[in-house]
Amino acid sequence: MAEKNRHIAFICSKGDLDMAYPALIMGWAALGNGVDVTIFFTFWGLDLVTKKRVDKLEIAPVANTSFKMSMMGLPTGNLGIPNLMGIIPGMTAFASWFMKSKMKALGTPTVREYLEMLSDGGAKMYGCKMTVDMFGIKRDEFLPCIKDVVTASDFIDMTEGAQIIFI
Amino acid sequence: MADATLASVSFDAEGYMTDPNQWSKEISETLARQEGLAALTAEHWKIIDFCRQTGLASGKAPTLRQITTGTGISTKDLFALFPKGPAKKVAKIAGLGKPEGCV
Repeated sequence: MAEKNRHIAFICSKGDLDMAYPALIMGWAALGNGVDVTIFFTFWGLDLVTKKRVDKLEIAPVANTSFKMSMMGLPTGNLGIPNLMGIIPGMTAFASWFMKSKMKALGTPTVREYLEMLSDGGAKMYGCKMTVDMFGIKRDEFLPCIKDVVTASDFIDMTEGAQIIFI
Repeated sequence: MADATLASVSFDAEGYMTDPNQWSKEISETLARQEGLAALTAEHWKIIDFCRQTGLASGKAPTLRQITTGTGISTKDLFALFPKGPAKKVAKIAGLGKPEGCV
C-alpha cells in the first residue's frame, strides 16, 4: 500500500564557497517538497561540515572564467577579472567577502545555518570514510549535522532507488 | 473527496485555493485532513494564522524560512507539525497560493 517516498541524494565533493550552495539549496527545496534527502560529503566537500572550515569557505577568481568585473557593479561588460589580478594577495578573500555579502543581502542563510536547517528538516548527512581517514579528521571536528562516517558502499546501499546528484 | 465545506471553493490544478477570501477555519480543517493531518492544534493554528497574515498582506505565501523566523517555531517543530513539505502544506491549508522562493 505505502508508496516509497521520493529520495534525492547529493554527493558534495567540492569545498569552494560557490560549490557549497547547490546541494544545500536543492536539498532544502527537496525537503520543502516532502522528498527524502541524503547528503554524502567527500574529499573537499568535507570542508562544508568541518567546524574549523565551514565559516571560512572561499571562492577564488583565478581561472574562474565566470567571474566578471561587472558583477561588482563596474561598467566593464564581459570583461573578466584578469588572472594576473586574481593572484594579487587578498583577491580570494575579497571575492569571498563579496559573494558572502551579496548572498546576505538576498537573505540567503550561511552554509552553517543551511546545514542546521537541513538537519532539523530531516536530511541525513554523512562523511566519506576514506577521505576522513586520509585527511585524519576526528569525529569531534565535524558539525553535529554529520550523523556518521560511512564507506562508499554504505552510501550506495542507503541510496537504493534514489536520484543521485554529484556536485 | 467531495466535501460539503469545499463545495463552493475554487482550487487551481495543484490544489491551492485561488481566492484567499473564500477561506474559513472549517475549510482549513477539512483541507488539513486531506493533507493527512489528524487534527489542528494551537501550534498548527499559530503557523496558519501567521501565514494568513503575511500571505494576505504581501500576496505571497511565506517560505519555510519566513515561517520559522516569523513565528519563532523551530525548523524541527515545523517539519513535525506539517510533515513532508511544511510551507506548501500550510499554504494549502491557509487558503494561499503556492509559496515562491528558494529558502
